[in-house]
Amino acid sequence: MLIDTISFYIFAFMVLAGGVFTITRRNAVHSAISLIVSLLGVAGLYLLQQAEFLFVVQVMLYVGGIMLLFLFVIMLVNLDQAARERQFNKAWLVGLAAVVGVAAEIGYVLYRGRDAFHVADSMTAVPAPPALGNTEMLADALFSEYLLPFEIASILLLVAVVGSVVMAKKRI
Amino acid sequence: MYPITTLHYLVLSVALLLIGTVGVLTRRNIVIILMSIELILNAVNINLVAFSHALHNLGGQIFAIFVITDAVAEAAVGLGILIALFRNKETVQADEIDLLKW
Repeated sequence: MLIDTISFYIFAFMVLAGGVFTITRRNAVHSAISLIVSLLGVAGLYLLQQAEFLFVVQVMLYVGGIMLLFLFVIMLVNLDQAARERQFNKAWLVGLAAVVGVAAEIGYVLYRGRDAFHVADSMTAVPAPPALGNTEMLADALFSEYLLPFEIASILLLVAVVGSVVMAKKRI
Repeated sequence: MYPITTLHYLVLSVALLLIGTVGVLTRRNIVIILMSIELILNAVNINLVAFSHALHNLGGQIFAIFVITDAVAEAAVGLGILIALFRNKETVQADEIDLLKW
C-alpha cells in the first residue's frame, strides 16, 4: 500500500511538472520533451489503477506516435523565428483570470462533494483478482457491447488520414 | 499510511486540465497550443480511468480508448492544418492569423 502512495506522488509530480514546463518553455522541442515526461506520468497512473492495456496504448500511441508527429512538424516548420518573439498573447491576463475562475468553481464542487466519493473506499480494499486479464476483458467489451462505436472510430481515423494528407499536399 | 483515493486522482486531473487550459489560452505558438490540447485530453483520461477503477466498471477504460483515438485524429489533422498554414502565411503565431477578425 505504501509503495502505491509513493508511486502515485512520483507520477503526479511527473505529470504536473511536465505539464507546467510544456506550456512555459520558449523552445518547442523542450516543450515536446516535457510533454513526453507528462504523458509517461499519466501512463504510470494507469498502471497504478490496473489499466495495463491503456498503459501500453499510452506509451506506444502517445509517446511513440503522437510525439513523433509533433517532433516531425517542429522539424518541418521553422520555429527559430517564433522562439525569439513574444511567447504569450496580449490577452494572457484575461485567460489566466478565466482559468482561476474555473479553478475556483471546480475546486468548490470537489470540496462540497468530497463525501460523495465513498466509492474511493473500494480502492483501498483489495478486490478479488478478476478471473480474466485486463486486456481480455477490454477486448470482450470492445468487440461485443461497443462494436458500433469501435467501427465508427475506425471511420473517424480514415477521415483523419485522408484529411491530413489533403491538407498537407502542395497542390490538389 | 495515506491511501490514495479517487479524490486524489480527480484533483490531479483538474490540475492538469487547468494547466492545459492556460496553455491554450495564453500561448501564441500553435504547436504548443496543440500540445496543451493533448494535456487536456489526458486529464479527461485520468478521470475516466479513476472512476473505472473505483466502480469496477470497464466502461471508463473503453471510453478512454475512444478519447485516445480522437486525440490521434485531432493531432494528425491539426498538424496537417498547421503545415498548410505555414506554407501560405509563413507564421505559426496564433494571433497573427486574424483575417476573419473584425
